[in-house]
Amino acid sequence: MIFMFHIGRYFLLLKRAFSKPQKFRVYRKQFFFEINHIGISSLGIISIISIFMGGVVTTQAAFGFTSAWVPIYAVGFTTRESIILEFSPTIVSLLLAGKVGSNIASEIGSMRISEQIDAMDIMGVNSASFLIMPKILAAVFINPFLITISMFLGLLGGYTMGVFTGAVSSVQYITGIQYGFMAWKIWYALFKTAIFAFIITSIAAYNGYYTSGGALEVGKSSTRAVVWSSILILLADLLITQIVFTH
Amino acid sequence: MIEVKNISKTFGDRTVVSDVSFVFETGKTNLIIGESGSGKTTILKMMVGLLKPDTGAVEYDGRVFSEMNERQQQDVRKEIGMLFQGGALFDSMTVEENVAFPLRMFTDFKEEQIKERINFCLNKVKLENRNQLYPAELSGGMKKRASLARAIAGNPKYLFCDEPNSGLDPRTSLVIDDLILELTTEFNMTTVVITHDMNSVMQIGQKVMFLYGGKKWWEGDNKGVLTTTNKEVLDFVYASEFLKQLKPGLK
Ligand SMILES: Nc1ncnc2c1ncn2[C@@H]1O[C@H](COP(=O)(O)OP(=O)(O)O)[C@@H](O)[C@H]1O
Ligand SMILES: [Mg+2]
Repeated sequence: MIFMFHIGRYFLLLKRAFSKPQKFRVYRKQFFFEINHIGISSLGIISIISIFMGGVVTTQAAFGFTSAWVPIYAVGFTTRESIILEFSPTIVSLLLAGKVGSNIASEIGSMRISEQIDAMDIMGVNSASFLIMPKILAAVFINPFLITISMFLGLLGGYTMGVFTGAVSSVQYITGIQYGFMAWKIWYALFKTAIFAFIITSIAAYNGYYTSGGALEVGKSSTRAVVWSSILILLADLLITQIVFTH
Repeated sequence: MIEVKNISKTFGDRTVVSDVSFVFETGKTNLIIGESGSGKTTILKMMVGLLKPDTGAVEYDGRVFSEMNERQQQDVRKEIGMLFQGGALFDSMTVEENVAFPLRMFTDFKEEQIKERINFCLNKVKLENRNQLYPAELSGGMKKRASLARAIAGNPKYLFCDEPNSGLDPRTSLVIDDLILELTTEFNMTTVVITHDMNSVMQIGQKVMFLYGGKKWWEGDNKGVLTTTNKEVLDFVYASEFLKQLKPGLK
């Protein structure tokens, strides 16, 4: 029952959030602010994670393929497929659910408990729209770029690690990452990323917006935001993968 | 003029506000007083639409607020300024951006006009040259003043203040009270002030409603408060043992 209540209230909030902006100029400014605030500012951590992820996948693949029947370039191939299809879009989105999601939930949550949201409403501002829409749009727009960078760095990390440890030669790796390459897989991964970005920001905003109580509850909202958006990202991933790869 | 007609509010099985009617007059500071928990904030929230009254109506100069849709309510709200108990300044914005927020949102002012209005408002609340500070860098009294500047930025017809001097020392409280009275007179606003501070009642109580257990128990003004024979009002006014000695015959 409580579950249905949350689903209903979530969609009603989204409806309010996506009503017509009261002042386009102010929203545009907020949109660009959020691109930086929730997007660009995550670039550092995303880069580090991606390079290491690529390195680990390559090493793992190299150790796994000891059979003479498997060509060495399969290491590059495996790295590419894992990075593009899952590691970059899904794992990095899970990371962002933690970083960006908790940030959004606690920011909006503390605005709620300190009556800043009431203050907006009383001015006649649609607080749901002003606080939520720019965040969702910014993340849906910028995250695919971040993930593209992550893919590139992941492959670079794999190359560096593979060649450095001597598990695979430079030529074999590059042959491998080109082998049977299909561009649609990148578009598919970026599409997933956009969906995940929507989940992260909207779930976090929902949890923040309906915080009540004090500082303790802001912490709880932020935790709930991370837990729920992570679960929903994995569910969505499963669903999208099912639909795309079984047809 | 804001008219409240027979409004009530029940949370669960607790009636917090019960059948309250009152007229808040234009150009005056109208006070809602009463002890903690008597329902003051609840009434104010119903007046501005943050809570929906179970029964009754709120009218802004004849416009029935409770019957409007969200858009229409937003239009009325553009005529409302509110000073919150904790200030409710936007943490992520400077003082200047806070004051400018309603202007950027609802007017087509050019940047110079906005600058001008910001400085006018900050000047009114005697908070000059603090434009670039963030709320976290302000003292309690300065927060209240910045919040008041933001409340009057949009040239409101109605001003609401929830316990404007809670957490302030008596002298700073007096400054805030005087400001509220001054602005109300100068801009001919309908001002509603919630307070449980007797100094404020005496200082700015042009019209006073005393709440007791969610009911309107008494109404009058700051002079009447001292001369009434209503027992609960007197208990509120002469709350301390010290003050009770000044008014023999109590108890
Ligand atoms: N949302 C709510 N749910 C349940 N009870 C509430 C709610 N808001 C206020 N109350 C109760 O209503 C009573 C009056 O509260 P309030 O109007 O804030 O009093 P005041 O502002 O006069 O101190 C209090 O006892 C408070 O606990
Ligand atoms: Mg109160």
